[in-house]
Amino acid sequence: MKLEVKNITKRFGTLVANDNISLTLQPGEILSLLGENGAGKSTLMNVLYGLLQPDEGQILIDDKVQKFSGPGEAMAAGIGMVHQHFMLIPVFTVAENVVLGHEPTGKVGNLDLNAARKLVKKISDRFGFDIDPDAKIQDLPVGAQQRVEIIKSLARDAKILVLDEPTAVLTPQETDELMEIMRGLSKNGTSIIFITHKLREVQQVADRIIVIRQGKVVSEASPKASAGELASLMVGREVDLNTSKKAAKVGVETLVVKDLTVLDDRNQQMVNGISFSVHDGEVLAIAGVQGNGQTELAEAILGLRKIHSGSIQVAGQDLTKSNVRQVLEAGVGYIPEDRKKDGLVGDFTIAENLMLDGSFGKPFAKGVQIDFAKRDEIAEKLIKEFDIRTPSATTLAKQLSGGNQQKVVVAREMSRDLKVLIASQPTRGVDVGSIEFIHEQIVAARDAGKTVVIISTELDEVLSLADRIAVMYRGRFVGIVDAKTTREKLGKMMAGIAA
Amino acid sequence: MSKKKDLDPVKSGQDKATSVLHEIMSGDPVRIGLSILLGFLIGAVFMVVFDKNVIKAFEDFGTDPSYALSSIWWTVQDGYGALFAGSVINFGADNFVSAIRPFTETLRFAAPLIMAGLGVALTFRVGLFNIGATGQMLVGLAGATFVSTRLQMPIIIHMLAAVLAAVVCAMIWGMIVGLLKSRTGAHEVIVTIMLNYVALSLFTYLLRQPNLLLEENGGGTPKSDNPDGTARLGLLLGPDFQLHYGLIFAVLAVVFYWWLMEKSTFGFRFRMVGHNPSAARAAGIKVENTFVWALAISAGFSGLAAANQGLSVDGGLTTSIEAGIGFDAITVALLGGSRAGGVVMAGMLFGAFKAGSATMQVAGVSPEVLGVVKALIVLFIAAPPIIRAFYRLPVPGPKVFEAAQQAKAAKVIK
Amino acid sequence: MTNIEVTPGMFSSAETKPSLKTPITLVAAALVVLIFFGFLGKTGDISFVWSDKREAIQLPPFIVNSMFFCTLVGAALLLIGLLSIALTIRGGKTPVWLIAIYGLGAMMALLGWLATEATQGVQMIFILGNTLVLAIPLIFGGMAGIMSERVGVVNIAIEGQLLTGAFVSAILGTITGNLYIGMIAAMIASGLLSMVLASLAIKYLVEQIIIGVLLNVLVIGVTNFLYSAWVDDDSINLNFPGTFEKLPIPLLSEIPVLGQVLFNNRITVYLMFVLVPLLWYVLFRTKLGLRARAVGEHPLAADTVGINVGRTRFWWVTIGGMVAGLGGASLTLGNVGSFGREMSAGLGFIALAVVILGRWQPIYVTLGALLFGFTIILKVWANQVSPGIPVDFITMVPYLVTLVAVAGFAGRVKPPAASGQPYVKG
Repeated sequence: MKLEVKNITKRFGTLVANDNISLTLQPGEILSLLGENGAGKSTLMNVLYGLLQPDEGQILIDDKVQKFSGPGEAMAAGIGMVHQHFMLIPVFTVAENVVLGHEPTGKVGNLDLNAARKLVKKISDRFGFDIDPDAKIQDLPVGAQQRVEIIKSLARDAKILVLDEPTAVLTPQETDELMEIMRGLSKNGTSIIFITHKLREVQQVADRIIVIRQGKVVSEASPKASAGELASLMVGREVDLNTSKKAAKVGVETLVVKDLTVLDDRNQQMVNGISFSVHDGEVLAIAGVQGNGQTELAEAILGLRKIHSGSIQVAGQDLTKSNVRQVLEAGVGYIPEDRKKDGLVGDFTIAENLMLDGSFGKPFAKGVQIDFAKRDEIAEKLIKEFDIRTPSATTLAKQLSGGNQQKVVVAREMSRDLKVLIASQPTRGVDVGSIEFIHEQIVAARDAGKTVVIISTELDEVLSLADRIAVMYRGRFVGIVDAKTTREKLGKMMAGIAA
Repeated sequence: MSKKKDLDPVKSGQDKATSVLHEIMSGDPVRIGLSILLGFLIGAVFMVVFDKNVIKAFEDFGTDPSYALSSIWWTVQDGYGALFAGSVINFGADNFVSAIRPFTETLRFAAPLIMAGLGVALTFRVGLFNIGATGQMLVGLAGATFVSTRLQMPIIIHMLAAVLAAVVCAMIWGMIVGLLKSRTGAHEVIVTIMLNYVALSLFTYLLRQPNLLLEENGGGTPKSDNPDGTARLGLLLGPDFQLHYGLIFAVLAVVFYWWLMEKSTFGFRFRMVGHNPSAARAAGIKVENTFVWALAISAGFSGLAAANQGLSVDGGLTTSIEAGIGFDAITVALLGGSRAGGVVMAGMLFGAFKAGSATMQVAGVSPEVLGVVKALIVLFIAAPPIIRAFYRLPVPGPKVFEAAQQAKAAKVIK
Repeated sequence: MTNIEVTPGMFSSAETKPSLKTPITLVAAALVVLIFFGFLGKTGDISFVWSDKREAIQLPPFIVNSMFFCTLVGAALLLIGLLSIALTIRGGKTPVWLIAIYGLGAMMALLGWLATEATQGVQMIFILGNTLVLAIPLIFGGMAGIMSERVGVVNIAIEGQLLTGAFVSAILGTITGNLYIGMIAAMIASGLLSMVLASLAIKYLVEQIIIGVLLNVLVIGVTNFLYSAWVDDDSINLNFPGTFEKLPIPLLSEIPVLGQVLFNNRITVYLMFVLVPLLWYVLFRTKLGLRARAVGEHPLAADTVGINVGRTRFWWVTIGGMVAGLGGASLTLGNVGSFGREMSAGLGFIALAVVILGRWQPIYVTLGALLFGFTIILKVWANQVSPGIPVDFITMVPYLVTLVAVAGFAGRVKPPAASGQPYVKG
């Protein structure tokens, strides 16, 4: 089947998630949709799958206009989707999951599980999947679960298969197997849309590449394009931000991380024996595509995540086994990557948010009582100092714009007596004016002799702030390089290719 | 690996549900007023429809329609008038003391409701549902009764010791909930419901034990002696009024609750955990421990309510002394928006319902109608869509604002 | 150029060690029976009475020395416990029927120990029959709980639904003079109440627990008012339905012991016999059940295959409410014969516990409800045969068992994954 997407626009409030996107998918083609997180790929696919309704534009299948009011209709039209977060029910068997929604039934409305088993076996055998129809999903490894998702789509005669970040959760071996499966499917005439931000995989399997950035199709590329080219297409920003900064005056080694290994909630090794050290008066930027262990690294340093092995020291003090409060008190400041979730309490006022991690002692507390006069005084001061645009200090944090919310977090963390600042995606979802301001603050902290670690997926941000750049890939540092390294080289490193 | 948060409908559903909860807590005064009004209105309908005089008057509707219609008005006036006279001021009384006695009765009934209500309110603000005030009160009653009937101490000290025993026993009971929740992940709702029943059995057992709580010359029924005179909560306004020192404890509890939640750093952290446990964790707060402490302190308030009941009882104490206060506490906390002032008002309202019941009975209107009114008021407050639909109110600003928030959330991932 | 290859660690801890908590509990309880009822037990005789005087076939009572009997049973229980340990260590599971036998044995030992030397003996038919009848409202309530929690809606309002059913069935049964109309009206009324819960929870996303608690308060308020202002004054004409006739099933009811207990009952009991297997069948063997469970486990996944989450939840909760209404009717028309103030008396909350104890499975939930029913009658009976026994502890046991279950001491109890979570379409 041929799929055409014409001028799709999807807005969430004022945000344009998809801006006039058009693309065509030929029968049997593997089209790769490449873009950073939040570029609008998933929104587009949810529109295609009927989970979201487009505000403008059309979807055509074999030149016929389609309108999907729900996933059921999209499936009936031949579109199958393998979601990034599997849409499988863990306590059900493979066969039950595959037939859910179009169950074969017997005479009295009973489930015909034998027919379901046969269906699974048939598809599984045709593509060499090796899946036991009676296994429970929760007992299967992730790679096999994904194959169940594919079977699920094929069982409904999907001619167009959308794979949303399918390799995010796979081991390299499983990834290779998936690539094989995709090639096999396309040979059988199934068209595939492969959504990813991983360059190497795109190069391996795609027939054609479309790069999406900020909700727009920015260009079409051939799989023969170099990783560096693709990376800069993907992460480039339209606004060129250059923070002017003086040469670093590097002091003593303050943050020392040795052989750090961290597991995620499912015991997957997300940080894999990383060692590095950062000095006073220096910014180390950790670059890399999202999901390569940066989040877990930051959480481990802060004490939010248990350390599996290795050690962390700040100014000679061992923090390996410390809890969050001890780490904060040792002089570590933390700007989390998701401020709404980890950085702010939306229903608290700005003044309250500015003392979020300061309730244990001075200056915000006198004994066990909050020192309101002091708190308000500090709030007023910080609102001015950090240019937080708000009607008053008693405004609720959730009523602020993203940029101002972030300034609240930055103000809180930077106003403490810091030795080390860990800033994770410090300018994500922030307007340009605020970005500039936050960058200036970070540089100011570094010039004041603090140790700064920036974790960012934005190459521009990395390049404008860093004194040294570490590129993280699959839980390891590909290398720690000079801030003058070229974009192309960094792009390659982000794809896991060491110099 | 937490991407695409805004596009995960289950997640955003939770956020939305939480914000509905916050909408309840935020307690818009207009909506509360309308809810109370509508509650009383529907209560009036109940009163009228099942009133014998009205029914009779309507049987003769053909001959005297105006009488039938006015009988509706008289019934409602009788009912709510009796409620007012029984709970606020009795204008028909022949002296000042009996005129204002109703209000002191309201205060007397309100005191334990307010204390237990504060306990439930505290857990609401930490993001927990504590249905266990009943059990916590029963355990507190056991403690208070043991101290007040079996130990001998000087006056006042004895009373304070009994109150302390109630609070400590209840706190231990509450702490069990917290520990089970934070150590095993058991849901506090089911744990508290189960512990209520366990506490009831335990208390009954203790009441049967001659060497523990059973009255000295008692028979087979589980019942205790009256508290010793030294441990009793004395009368506050002299023998003309039944109001006792429990009210003082209630006032102290309100002040303490207000200070704890609004002024102290503990309250700050409690509220932080309630609004956003994830951010609280990142701010160095041990969320699990916070749950344990919050439940313990919450139970402490229930313990105070228990002391109020156990140390003011006449004619010995049985399990019925709890009087449904633990369960009413939930509605008090909901109606009061979990804030000190709100809980006081809600407790007074429901206390007035209890105080006014007797006069309503005398006036020939079933006071049970107040149970309906009470349930409706809180239901309307907890479920804003109902009241909005009834009064055709516009969807409030926060909803619109929420949409903007979601747009911003979407922006975050850009 | 070198490619960095990283092997991430294992994917999940899918392998779990077999938990020895259940077998150890079994062994411990067996030791209690063996030591306290057996070795240190009472010396008199127990008489197990198997037949009612009215029955055609009379079985002779079984008379045995208490100490001997309890020692024997205790030893058997110990054996089962040890067997269970052995099975678990080998990676197997203790079969449910073995645990059922164990439970039966423990029950006999307890009954025997209590009734040692009592003149009336252990009246098996009385105890078992009452256990069943008392468990009926709990079972229906539990089924209602299963039906709403399986689709992801926490139903704290079972209490209110039972009370509604009890009230409506008694009043309408009396007014119409037809108990079947009363029963059906009870189902409709509780169903309507459930619709309020369902729409507020599903459409308006009001916190399910709060709404459940408040509906209970509302129903208690309304029934109390109607009772005092209306029903109580004229209870002959409003609240005097009586109970359904007992319908002995031919032949089956002639079976000694079991016939009297199981097959000489009212229609409410027989409806339970039909409903429980039916619900099990629908939930686990039909398309409807598969979809319902999918909605309760992972609503988004269900949505992506075209299942209407909101509608599925709404109807399951509503029909569940009707089942709870039936439970209420079985309280009045199936047992007591009239409505009493707040007569559900916490049964709805116990039903919630039973749902958890029975792991959201109709059959197990029924067994759990029978356990509660047993303790209710045991408390009454124990007081007669063995005065001075601390019956309060007997009452406490099922609640403690539930607590132990939710705290995860006795194996993993996993609720439907999306239980209590509202679902909002992206």
